Amino acid sequence: MSEANHKDAPKAVVFENVSLRFDEQVVLDDLSFELEHGATKVLLGVAGSGKTTILKLALGLLRPDSGRIFVLEHEVTAMREKDLFELRRRIGMVFQESALFDSQSVENNVAFRLLEEKVPEAEIQKRVTEALRFVELEHTLKLFPSELSGGMRRRVAIARAIISNPEVMLYDSPTAGLDPVTSTTIVELLVKQRDVYKTSALLVTHRLQDAFTMATHYFSREQNKMLPVPHGWDWDSKTSFMVLKDGKAIFEGDAAAIANSDSEYIREYLSP
Amino acid sequence: MAFSLTEYAKGNVLAVQEYSTLSWKAVAALFSQPRYLGDILQQMDIIGVGSLQIVVFTGFFTGAVLALQSANSLGRFGALSFTGQLVSMSMVRELGPVLTSLMVAGRNASGMASELGSMQVTEQIDAMRALGTDPIRKLITPRLTATMFMLFFLTILSDLVGLTGGSAIALLLLRLDLNEYWTSAWQTLRYADVFMGLIKPVLFGFIIATVGCYYGMSAKGGTQGVGRATTQAVVVASVFILAIDLFVTRLLMVLLGPL
Repeated sequence: MSEANHKDAPKAVVFENVSLRFDEQVVLDDLSFELEHGATKVLLGVAGSGKTTILKLALGLLRPDSGRIFVLEHEVTAMREKDLFELRRRIGMVFQESALFDSQSVENNVAFRLLEEKVPEAEIQKRVTEALRFVELEHTLKLFPSELSGGMRRRVAIARAIISNPEVMLYDSPTAGLDPVTSTTIVELLVKQRDVYKTSALLVTHRLQDAFTMATHYFSREQNKMLPVPHGWDWDSKTSFMVLKDGKAIFEGDAAAIANSDSEYIREYLSP
Repeated sequence: MAFSLTEYAKGNVLAVQEYSTLSWKAVAALFSQPRYLGDILQQMDIIGVGSLQIVVFTGFFTGAVLALQSANSLGRFGALSFTGQLVSMSMVRELGPVLTSLMVAGRNASGMASELGSMQVTEQIDAMRALGTDPIRKLITPRLTATMFMLFFLTILSDLVGLTGGSAIALLLLRLDLNEYWTSAWQTLRYADVFMGLIKPVLFGFIIATVGCYYGMSAKGGTQGVGRATTQAVVVASVFILAIDLFVTRLLMVLLGPL
């Protein structure tokens, strides 16, 4: 087990000079960034700019050509696949196409981690119902993934990822290809996860609007819904933005900074 | 892109390396926790019980045609009574294991390649890894154990049904005495024959499962890729079985002495 090499407060995710190429194509070029505990970092960039790759690297599903990656103070890049399985149980990932096990029911999909850990059946049932209630899909327990809509599948994938209360969440375009109403439901879930469970997260998205919603809304436990942060509130959404271009981070900052950025590329990216 | 011999060779060496690593990991997973007994039993049902019908049919007709063909040759020398002996030797030593394995390869190597291939291209394998579960341990080891174990018993069944098929021909067409047929079939078999006939399905089971799973796990490029993986798995597993059969037969002949 390796220790993180930084003196400051421990970080949830750290990338240090990470480079990766696929054949001749540069995917990441000397990329460094940090994600603090409890914070959310939104990764923006055109298709093919290496956003998904960052999530897969953080999980150790891919290995970089050079550089070091730390997740929850473990050096992922120095760990054997065998030891990574243990660490991955503390991380939740929502894949772009949901990646649900299509030959298993929603119940077994969500319970997968708990079944693997041989948790007693009564507790599995309780936690599966709880996780499905979180994404408002308790009624789909016995259905199969093929019987669900795209948005519902995404929500089941979120339930499957959060069931073991992960400390870090990795979302790969959770709202891609969904209608605005369903997208908002999903963003609300991410905000809820951030504000209620204080989970650190990396969020890949193409939908800027969702990213701004994340930064400008909070989850009200009293009303059990997401609300816009009122003016004059001293409130930190802990949500920052990172824009990737040609394997490098060309911008890092909060919502206000990105909205006022004078970089031509970012202005063009932001313009509807 | 121009065809490069070096790249082609490198690609093949890499494939052999990946296949060997995968097989090694699948075997090694047997010797440590966690083991997936439930998955092993489920695979035994799919592979073993599911293949019963085709194995019985294949065995019966092979034994029958073997009796028919050998009677044709033996009759010329007036040695028709050796039919049982010939059917039994060929079935137990060679045709039982090989044909059963080829049938199971057609049925299950393809099944494994398409199932794991679909999981691979839809990121379900990555999702499993992301959930902290080793897909080799969870998916491949149970298939490997189940195929090796069940093929052993399927082969025994196939041998028996083959001999029965031969006896049907002997009785109905050749008008031979059944008692004589079964006695000569039984008495001709030595331990070495049975040993050879039963070590083969274990090896072939290993080939079927590892080849099927390897092609599934390395499937790329959507449904077309899954289709390609499935075809390749069956073809490669079948050729492997026939090639390994030759070498194993020769090796066992040397080890067990002249037969």
